[in-house]
Amino acid sequence: MLIFVLKRIGALVPVLAVVAVVVFLLMHITPGDAAAVMLGPEASAADVDALRQELGLNDPLYIQFFGWLGGVLTGDLGTSPFLGESVAAALLSHLGPTLSLAILAELFAILVAVPAGIIAARRRGTLIDQGFMGLTILGISVPSFLLGLFLILCFSVGLRWLPVAGYQPLSAGLVEHLRYLLLPALALGSMQAALIARMTRSSMLDVLGSNYMKTGKAKGLSDFALTYKHAFKNASLPVLTVVGQTFGSLVAGAAVVETVFNIPGIGQLIINSVDRRDLVVIQGAVLLIAVAYVLINLIIDILYGLLDPRVQVS
Amino acid sequence: MTSFAPRSPLFPGMTADRRSLQLRRIRNNSQVMTGGSILLLILLIALIGPLLTPSGPYETDTPNRLLPPSTTNWFGTDNFGRDLFARVVSGSHVSLMVGFSVALITSGLGLVIGLVAAYFKTADRILMRILDGFMAFPAILLAIAIMAALGVQTENVIVALSLVFTPYVARVVRSSALVVKEQTYIESLRAQGASAYRVLWVNIAPNVLSPLLIQATFIFADSIITEAALSFLGAGVPPPEPSWGNILFDGKTLIFSAWWMTVFPGLTIMLVVLGINFLGDGLRDLLDPRHKSIRK
Repeated sequence: MLIFVLKRIGALVPVLAVVAVVVFLLMHITPGDAAAVMLGPEASAADVDALRQELGLNDPLYIQFFGWLGGVLTGDLGTSPFLGESVAAALLSHLGPTLSLAILAELFAILVAVPAGIIAARRRGTLIDQGFMGLTILGISVPSFLLGLFLILCFSVGLRWLPVAGYQPLSAGLVEHLRYLLLPALALGSMQAALIARMTRSSMLDVLGSNYMKTGKAKGLSDFALTYKHAFKNASLPVLTVVGQTFGSLVAGAAVVETVFNIPGIGQLIINSVDRRDLVVIQGAVLLIAVAYVLINLIIDILYGLLDPRVQVS
Repeated sequence: MTSFAPRSPLFPGMTADRRSLQLRRIRNNSQVMTGGSILLLILLIALIGPLLTPSGPYETDTPNRLLPPSTTNWFGTDNFGRDLFARVVSGSHVSLMVGFSVALITSGLGLVIGLVAAYFKTADRILMRILDGFMAFPAILLAIAIMAALGVQTENVIVALSLVFTPYVARVVRSSALVVKEQTYIESLRAQGASAYRVLWVNIAPNVLSPLLIQATFIFADSIITEAALSFLGAGVPPPEPSWGNILFDGKTLIFSAWWMTVFPGLTIMLVVLGINFLGDGLRDLLDPRHKSIRK
């Protein structure tokens, strides 16, 4: 097991190296002088020089890279010339809403999609199955920001049940917190739900057709015990993979949905930084999410190895 | 945002003598027919739409601002009095142009990278690590970051999306090419002394075209969605040039007074993406019977 874990961690090194190079190069693919672009056309030459000095843009590229990498490894992501605070501090103060939203969306997706997938598999070929699968195609085809807009139109503008936009932290009370996050979580989680439902259905179908299910049935096990205790346990591995693989895109999707609902999370920080062309903040945020994505996949891989020892061998 | 994960590598399939059978199967494949008809309809509207609008997509008419849908302004008018139908039609040109360009560029780059990686072991190791690194970024986020660095411009949207999506094409090409490479006829070609260049481009390349085509349709759909999201966020097609995404952005600020500015461009995006996904899924079933397991 230990060797398996170490091997997995070792395989991450080249991936993380490429991630670091790509994020570093963002500052350098800007046409013209990055410092001048960031400060805009009205900036004085002295200000531009000072920022260039501060960002170290005058040094040779490889010195800049290792200087930047050294900073990143010690938790120093640089300082935003616009926010007047360190990028790490800015990310930290925007992390809460994004995590809340992503976790809520994932919970919603799992709670809806797993039962739906199981039911669809058990009633394969019926109208219920076709209905669910039709919904999943719709779920995959409607981008989250669009679904968010439609939900606002329906529940906030039309029915006036829920607030149009905004955010209340958990400290303002759970009900208030959820009232503001309900629509964003629905918008964000629906594609996830569609993917999980499809995966649950197809892996349940694989298991339900197997011989040990027949044995269980012959033994006189109830349908409920068969489906949930025996079949789903074995069908849950691929489902877990989908959950893990798509959690990263969920966090990125949160960035888009946050903008629709004016939630002050990492996504809004990124979008405001695009307007300002604050590349330092964008580098930090993109690096954070990419690294988080890689680490989540590592955890899923290791869990997979724990749940199914055969994986460790291959 | 993206739904790449479950799209597993595909395998080649079609031969010339089966073509009439294929045509019959295409007609019998309801998904390909539905998706194809939706896309044809959208293309038709994109082509003849400009003839049907009362005014151009940039013509402002302030007295007639925020009019609800009517027989003259089918989709209503926006906050500058511009005809929304004209803007959605004009937006379709941008979306289709971006989607098509990205699909074409990523197919070209992906084909070269995928084939080289499949054939040369050293190149494979290096290229795959680089692709893995690129794929560690969620697509929309990398696109936003590249747009921030390059500057908000329509051409840059194509550059950014091509960079983001090429790895997904290259992976599909590589895994299909690896299967083809193991076939006996490739081995015999090599034994006869055919050069690597010849084997790769003359013998392997044609056999990975059908999975490439399927992946390209998905990239087409994903580019359209991502372009709309980018433009909605203000990191895509800059106004006043109409794009489905930036019309939706304008609509969001007016969501209480002008529902039509959200509903019509929104439904258009949904319809197009649904059409492309149907077409892609149908093509996959058609060209790769082994993949059927997904929908049993």
